[in-house]
Amino acid sequence: MTGHQVWSQERIVLALAVLLFAISAVLLPGFLAADNLISIVRSVSVLGILALGMAIVIIGRGIDLAVVAIMAMSAAWYLQLLNDGWSGAAALGVTVAGVLAIGLANGFLIAYGDVPAIFATLASGAFVFGYVRSQLITQDAIPVPRGNWLESLGSSRLFGIPAEVFVFAGAAFVAYLFLRYTKWGRYVYFMGDNFQAARNMGIPVRPMIMLRYVISALIALVAGLLTASSLLSINTRVVNSTLLYDIILVVVIGGIGLSGGKGGIRNVIGGALLIGIMLNAMTIIDIPNIYQNLFKATILLIAIIVDSLLNPRDEQTASRATSDYTGDANDLEKHLCCGDGCRSACFCRNRNGG
Amino acid sequence: MADDDPGPAAYSQALSGKRVALVPMAMGFDLAQGWAAYLKREVEGWGGAFETRDPNWSIEAGAQAITDLINSDQHPDVLVVHSPDLNSYSKLLKKAQAKGIYVILIDNPANFPADAFIGSDWDRLGQLEAEAAVKACGDSSSKQIGLVQGDQVNSSSLYQYAGIMKVLAKHPDYKVVAKPDSNWDATTARNVTATMLQQNPDVCAIIDFWDGDATGTSASIRDAGKQGKIALVTTGGGEKTADCDKLESGEYTAVVTTELHKQSGDMNALIKFLLQSGQPAGTSKSYIYTLERAYTKADIKPDTCWDVKALQAGK
Repeated sequence: MTGHQVWSQERIVLALAVLLFAISAVLLPGFLAADNLISIVRSVSVLGILALGMAIVIIGRGIDLAVVAIMAMSAAWYLQLLNDGWSGAAALGVTVAGVLAIGLANGFLIAYGDVPAIFATLASGAFVFGYVRSQLITQDAIPVPRGNWLESLGSSRLFGIPAEVFVFAGAAFVAYLFLRYTKWGRYVYFMGDNFQAARNMGIPVRPMIMLRYVISALIALVAGLLTASSLLSINTRVVNSTLLYDIILVVVIGGIGLSGGKGGIRNVIGGALLIGIMLNAMTIIDIPNIYQNLFKATILLIAIIVDSLLNPRDEQTASRATSDYTGDANDLEKHLCCGDGCRSACFCRNRNGG
Repeated sequence: MADDDPGPAAYSQALSGKRVALVPMAMGFDLAQGWAAYLKREVEGWGGAFETRDPNWSIEAGAQAITDLINSDQHPDVLVVHSPDLNSYSKLLKKAQAKGIYVILIDNPANFPADAFIGSDWDRLGQLEAEAAVKACGDSSSKQIGLVQGDQVNSSSLYQYAGIMKVLAKHPDYKVVAKPDSNWDATTARNVTATMLQQNPDVCAIIDFWDGDATGTSASIRDAGKQGKIALVTTGGGEKTADCDKLESGEYTAVVTTELHKQSGDMNALIKFLLQSGQPAGTSKSYIYTLERAYTKADIKPDTCWDVKALQAGK
């Protein structure tokens, strides 16, 4: 633990978010209005929910490039079935089964087929889009049938706050509990930190990989249904948009390293809020979209550069010198050292820089 | 006894076996499916072959499709192209004309002298939208108008904006209070409209540049509890669920439809004309603009809109 720890990327992002928030609050009339603050959170709710799933996958040292395809196509298929006259329960059942199948297939390819996650999910995302678009639905945009529960969900408010915000908050809380307090959640960190050691200590790594991709797929379905509920339709063109990169941006900018093993739900919320404040402020100032992308990219670069200046990489272990996750690393070591004789002892020595 | 009419024989000789290819920006949206249905029926009706390619909104995939079509052994005689922007396909289309392929640009104009452009005069279309918005606002309103533009590269978005500003220049008391881009995405449209309405709660009308993302704009107006108080004017292909149903329900106040059946009729007429004309590809340069108008709930009739499902089923 060095003094550098004070400026972990997570804190840099939080500081940036607070700074942007303060500047916007002073300079932009109406920014601080309650409705505007709600709208900031709402505008990143779906993005944040998708980022939760992505975070769980990335912390376990994976990546899921199929989430946007699963989100759009599962919701589109569900709506198409409803429009074709299926009963709500049957349509939802079939859709959930389809989403589970995709999550399991992704996990299976990665865990048992040893296909790198980036290729497996890139391919399965393209497959999901192509198959659903060509075989199961007739149009890019599928409307929500009149009187459907999604319509009421989209218009429901509690204390003036739209349902999406509560779903985001709820999902974030559940994901937090999962990662922090369940055995399987701890395994996600262990596997992300040191996959071989996690396997050696007896963690069922393959089923655990499958579980992560199933969780990610199911979260994508929730995000798709939420999008449909608020727009009263789903447009599958979103698969071609920058949404996937935005999701990874939220996760990475929040301080969850792509190499896995560190970070948590706090990081996702911080990253999502920073993006939300930024987009909102730029819309208020009426900055055209192309410049918005430029600003977004610049902020990301600044965060990355500042992070590498303050937290230089450790040449020996090729990982960050400071881990904001030290408590859990100890946790991991304890497990490893107790779990498996000599190999984990070796692992412990390595980790301690020996 | 009179001689046989020479027309049908000449017609059939010029047309039969000719190939027509349609490359829209994507096959997955109502207009493209409508154009394809009308063209297919007609082309196959006179003994030609019709095919489509689906770039699925990717400019690269579209360029690839056009290249493949030009270079195939049986290249099309007429290439009907829906250009994503002003410049991307210009070189390719020139190549097509050099090979003797007639090029018809549809819907989105481009910086390329096609044998014909068939579609909206987007400047005029923007003017119609602005007039509808001014009318919906009325003299006693705040006279504040918001725009939800598409993007800053697509000609339909750029010219639409120019047309709107022309009309508003004639109404100096009207003011555009915000003009964000939706990038043609409904979620973005919803988010930017939410911000626009919080900053400018007195907006009396919003013009959204495409019905494909105006669903997001209308969701935002509904969320703010202002449906019916803020007029939403947009443009689209005139498909029933996309446009007329939303005029009926009050989500949209006015829609300038691009009149699919007229546009497709013009395409078919120009294809038949060019194939019989004997003139080399690239020698004519005509603009066939569709006569358009803004429809409101009061003036839609049963045949104002078309139904993509019925059209595809051949009804």
